[in-house]
Amino acid sequence: MTVITLTLVYLSHSRIKMLLRGVKPILWLIIFTVLIQILFGHGGTVYFHLWFISITSLGIINAMMIFVRLLLIIIIATILTITTSPSMIALGVETILVPLKWIKVPTETIGMMVSIALQFIPTLIDELDDIMNAQRARGVDFGKGKLIKRAQSLVSLIIPLFISSFRHAEHLADAMEARGYSDEVKRSHYQLVAWTKLDWIALLFMILLTAVVVLVRS
Amino acid sequence: MDKQIILKNVDFIYQPDLPSEKQALTNVSLEIENGEFMAIVGKTGSGKSTLVQMINGLLKPTLGEVTVGDIKINNQTNNHNLSELRQKVGMIFQFPEKQLFEDTVLKDVAFGPLNFGDDEPTANTKAIKALSIVGVSKKLYDRSPFELSGGQMRRVAIAGTIACEPQILILDEPTVGLDPNGKNEILKIIHQLNEKGVTIIMVTHDMDVVAQNANRVVVMNKGRVSSDSTPRELFANPELIANNSLALPDSVQIYYDLVHDGIQLSQIPLTANEVVEQITQKRSGVK
Ligand SMILES: Nc1ncnc2c1ncn2[C@@H]1O[C@H](COP(=O)(O)OP(=O)(O)OP(=O)(O)O)[C@@H](O)[C@H]1O
Ligand SMILES: [Mg+2]
Repeated sequence: MTVITLTLVYLSHSRIKMLLRGVKPILWLIIFTVLIQILFGHGGTVYFHLWFISITSLGIINAMMIFVRLLLIIIIATILTITTSPSMIALGVETILVPLKWIKVPTETIGMMVSIALQFIPTLIDELDDIMNAQRARGVDFGKGKLIKRAQSLVSLIIPLFISSFRHAEHLADAMEARGYSDEVKRSHYQLVAWTKLDWIALLFMILLTAVVVLVRS
Repeated sequence: MDKQIILKNVDFIYQPDLPSEKQALTNVSLEIENGEFMAIVGKTGSGKSTLVQMINGLLKPTLGEVTVGDIKINNQTNNHNLSELRQKVGMIFQFPEKQLFEDTVLKDVAFGPLNFGDDEPTANTKAIKALSIVGVSKKLYDRSPFELSGGQMRRVAIAGTIACEPQILILDEPTVGLDPNGKNEILKIIHQLNEKGVTIIMVTHDMDVVAQNANRVVVMNKGRVSSDSTPRELFANPELIANNSLALPDSVQIYYDLVHDGIQLSQIPLTANEVVEQITQKRSGVK
């Protein structure tokens, strides 16, 4: 799996710096998980024991596995978002879901929802920034004080963020309807993607890979 | 008069050391006195919002130093412990109604004072005082802020900052998106605060507002201070106006139109009243 990911990294021509930036926000989460694994893992040779903490060989191996796994997930996700535009991702989701159409699942609507959700992330981050500044100016000191105080300061962020999301959603819905959007009409796509031989190979490869992974693990 | 705010050779860079690095302020030095009404104008992207966020510590200078009263901020300053500064310098952003979140108007306005360490009765007293300054009636105190009209929401949000009783009030385009009536009412509130001794620093694109209210106007251009003068001096300099894509206030436009027609008024008028006064003066002079 690691080899495949590294090949992907190479093929996507992305810069290592960009990938690492994707890792940065959840670095603490990773470190935390790894530490928990190391400190509380069981089995194998025991190297160190203190009250309920024990460092064991299996614990360390597990921690390493988890570390690599998390890193791979993030890197793959980052590659996807760097190389593929939101509308292409949405189109992909829509295409994968095509079989569900037979049981009357509105796949096109789901595709549209995915693309809108992805496109709104930067807007919402900006919005969050604005709201945070406004509350800071009113004396909120995020990440300081007792737990209750912190929870309160989060409320002062989340509620305005919800409200502005709803407002954005409403405006967007109005704008779309004003331009004649309806989920009952068959829509054509702005970008067309032809299904080529390469896609067959990729699909086959992914199916094989999944099969191998399932077999190895069971 | 004492210097209340001093910016000394301030540089600011967004996202330093990244490819997206952006120098937003270059060598900005300003001194602002107690009780001034200062306007900040300039093209979009010229660094106005960045400049005002330096003054209450939301951003810290990359180089140089900002002094407010006896508080100093430079790039070594700790992000916490800025409470005293934030209380001293109130800040009202574009679309301040975005900050509302409590379930009643009164609670939302009292939120700031509570954060700055007031007990509940004191915070409520300050909130009620602020709400009466901005003209929100008692009937609305227990309503949800989200049930109010746009103009009322903005007033409640502004009250939320006024309730903290800042000595300096910064406003970043406070009247955007309001009708002329709503705009004038907000400006009246700001003017009253200024008369009570609150220093006002206001970012705006509206030259009529600058002409009628400010005693001083700073023009920003590509992160630098390109001019710092009284409004009358600024509007007497058409080249500077054009270089910064600024508009002229109506009264000054009339002045230049008259000059074009060969009529020279004694000085540049800043308000409608001054226009009328000077034209009357001119006519009686002719007769
Ligand atoms: N968070 C940020 N990250 C990176 N660059 C930024 C950020 N905020 C502003 N900038 C950049 O810094 C420069 C100054 O921005 P600033 O917001 O201070 O301008 P402004 O004069 O307030 O403009 P406007 O009139 O549009 O509000 C701009 O070139 C802008 O692109
Ligand atoms: Mg701005």
